[in-house]
Amino acid sequence: MSTTPLLSFAHGSVVPRADVPQLETPAFRAAIVDAVGAGHRIISFFGHPAADGSIELLAILAHDADGKLSAASTLIDGKYPALTPECPQAHWFEREIAEQWAVTPEGHPWLKPIRFHPSYRPGSTPWHRAKETPAKPGVADYFRVEGEEVHEVAVGPVHAGIIEPGHFRFQCHGENVFHLEIELGYQHRGLEHHLRGGPGQKTIHYMETAAGDTTIGHATAYCHLLESQGNIRAPARAQVLRGVALELERLANHTGDLGALAGDVGFLPTASFCGRIRGDWLNLTAVLCGNRFGRGLIRPGGLGCDLEKEGLKDILNRLDAIERDMAGAVELLWSSTSIMARFEETGCVSHEDANAIGLVGPAARASGIGRDIRHDFPSGIYRYAHIPLSTWHSGDVFARALIRWVESQRSVDFVREQLSMLPEGAIATTPASLEPDAMSVSLVEGWRGEICHVALTDSQGRFEHYKIVDPSFHNWFGLALSLRNQQISDFPLCNNSFNLSYCGHDL
Amino acid sequence: MWQFVLERIRQKHRTFDYPRLTPVMPARFQGMPMVCAGAVEDDEGPLPYCPTGALSVGKDHRLRLDMGKCLFCGECERALGSNAVKFSKEHRLATKRREDLVITDVELTLANALSAESARLFGHSLKLRQVSAGGCNACEADTNVLNTLVFDLGRFGIQFVASPRHADGLLVTGPVTKNMELALRKTYDAIPFPKIVIAVGTCAISGGIYAGHNEVNCGVSDLLPVDLFIPGCPPHPWTILDGLLRMLGRVKQARDNKPEV
Repeated sequence: MSTTPLLSFAHGSVVPRADVPQLETPAFRAAIVDAVGAGHRIISFFGHPAADGSIELLAILAHDADGKLSAASTLIDGKYPALTPECPQAHWFEREIAEQWAVTPEGHPWLKPIRFHPSYRPGSTPWHRAKETPAKPGVADYFRVEGEEVHEVAVGPVHAGIIEPGHFRFQCHGENVFHLEIELGYQHRGLEHHLRGGPGQKTIHYMETAAGDTTIGHATAYCHLLESQGNIRAPARAQVLRGVALELERLANHTGDLGALAGDVGFLPTASFCGRIRGDWLNLTAVLCGNRFGRGLIRPGGLGCDLEKEGLKDILNRLDAIERDMAGAVELLWSSTSIMARFEETGCVSHEDANAIGLVGPAARASGIGRDIRHDFPSGIYRYAHIPLSTWHSGDVFARALIRWVESQRSVDFVREQLSMLPEGAIATTPASLEPDAMSVSLVEGWRGEICHVALTDSQGRFEHYKIVDPSFHNWFGLALSLRNQQISDFPLCNNSFNLSYCGHDL
Repeated sequence: MWQFVLERIRQKHRTFDYPRLTPVMPARFQGMPMVCAGAVEDDEGPLPYCPTGALSVGKDHRLRLDMGKCLFCGECERALGSNAVKFSKEHRLATKRREDLVITDVELTLANALSAESARLFGHSLKLRQVSAGGCNACEADTNVLNTLVFDLGRFGIQFVASPRHADGLLVTGPVTKNMELALRKTYDAIPFPKIVIAVGTCAISGGIYAGHNEVNCGVSDLLPVDLFIPGCPPHPWTILDGLLRMLGRVKQARDNKPEV
């Protein structure tokens, strides 16, 4: 690997933009494809306007085992040979690049818009939509299976439950699903576009609502990025409480998901217990900052509010009772054979497929991939306090449920341990101005998986470009794969076993 | 089998006797804001401490805080001091008219019952269809949580249904993205008359932090007539439940106690 033209750098470091190698497009393409073949994976890949009006493509790769990041860029104009045919991880990223910057990744096997918005620069998108023509969400050609007794089922954007909108097309043969195509974009709010020129007064609020159920995750990723760019460090007390809040967010959502999975197979005891216990976790976050989702807690330089003695005592007291209730509710699942029969061998994603498409988070770990930012690219408190990595090999709904339960137990241990030795001292340092003409990458293991924020600053130290990759961006295609050769009636079960974010994807 | 029964006993009865009892909100809860009664020196217009322009100075040189735009982030309280703006622990915030969400030094007019005819129709059975139109999943989650056994929405005859054809009204979250506009209209059209619309959360009321983006509308009112506004980012589940019950005339108009500070 010594001959790789990629620039290698550490997570949390600030890289001068001039140091990122700008390669000729064929060399760039070869370097990425080779690196992915050698065990790197794409964590961010995006375009942004270069000075001469062309588009610079920037790829950020991660090597989990080495804990190293690498990057390279290339200039393109109008079109370039797509990476996706040789590197399926690039699939969604290249569709995003095509839609945002009106360029064509030539040879892309399934080139469609992902968010249905006008492109950010003049020119024709690959599907010949002029800049002025309004995009119609969901209006596109879908993959179709032809043949006798093959039929199509369309669901959404408005669903039966209280969930976010998305459109699903199933190609079915009887009850059997041949193929599921997922069409999103309904939640597109133009978030990334409005981060340019920042950081500003609104920026932290955009981060807190990028995916509202991951408020702590995205806000922490943003604050880590600002802190590394400003060369400051949040005080120890803030680092610990950020970790506690991140694990509480994981606990609330994992509990909710385990309850939802029980509900999907009609097992009401665990469904109703977990529905309530999820709220108990959220209420612990509310002890920290007043808000069940952690709004106002994570702020650049540290925290927005401190945890006082009574609050600390309150959380530690409640922790034991919630832990017991959760264990009691979840253990019912594993001891019921009828539930195991529904969970096991449903919605399988193989280890090979998970690796090829670059799955992240509990979904990756459930397919036997030992991938966890807290472990591979730790920052903040995770540098000093290690959470054991949890994996399972079967890649089915059972595995995704089990991983949630196992890592929930580790999270409870972590919260208890950290709060019992909470360092004293300040909760925030003064934010500093950002390094000009620099690039930095921030990674956080949110409850769904890897959250990746990349910022490019201009000569004034403002955001020239800011890229957010929610874990859902990697994982939606995994859900589509899990449905292959499944009963269509198992879709809710498979869907909840991933529980991906619509707005985190659509931004 | 016995394991299930035992666990059921261990998990206890958890439904909270609302609205007879008042829930205890977290110590740091940011509920209904109160603004000082006196005149301020600032010029008329929005104040810079607020990320959404919710806090402004009126013609009369008095502070006005629009809960329909407010993120309840407390930046204003930190900047101006608790004498000027203070967030109380009062969770009851829902109103029937958009203008009632603007807090001055006059007491908030909480939502009262729908018309007698609507109360007769919906008072004991209200079926709602929920549409998320750019919501970040916080308002959605804290609406969904009303179905859990702490809140037990069903005991009030309120239920979320799968089809708009079965619904009496629409509960909308999110600023209404352009990409969800058509789906929202179609869902509204599919609901039989008479129908009600409820806007939950700051985004659904005013667009919130996303107001002014080309990709979104400024809340539901841009498209549909709204009958109930429930502010918050996101509103606490008790705030949402209180709003729904008030609208149905199941809780009295007057606040039975002063806001807890």
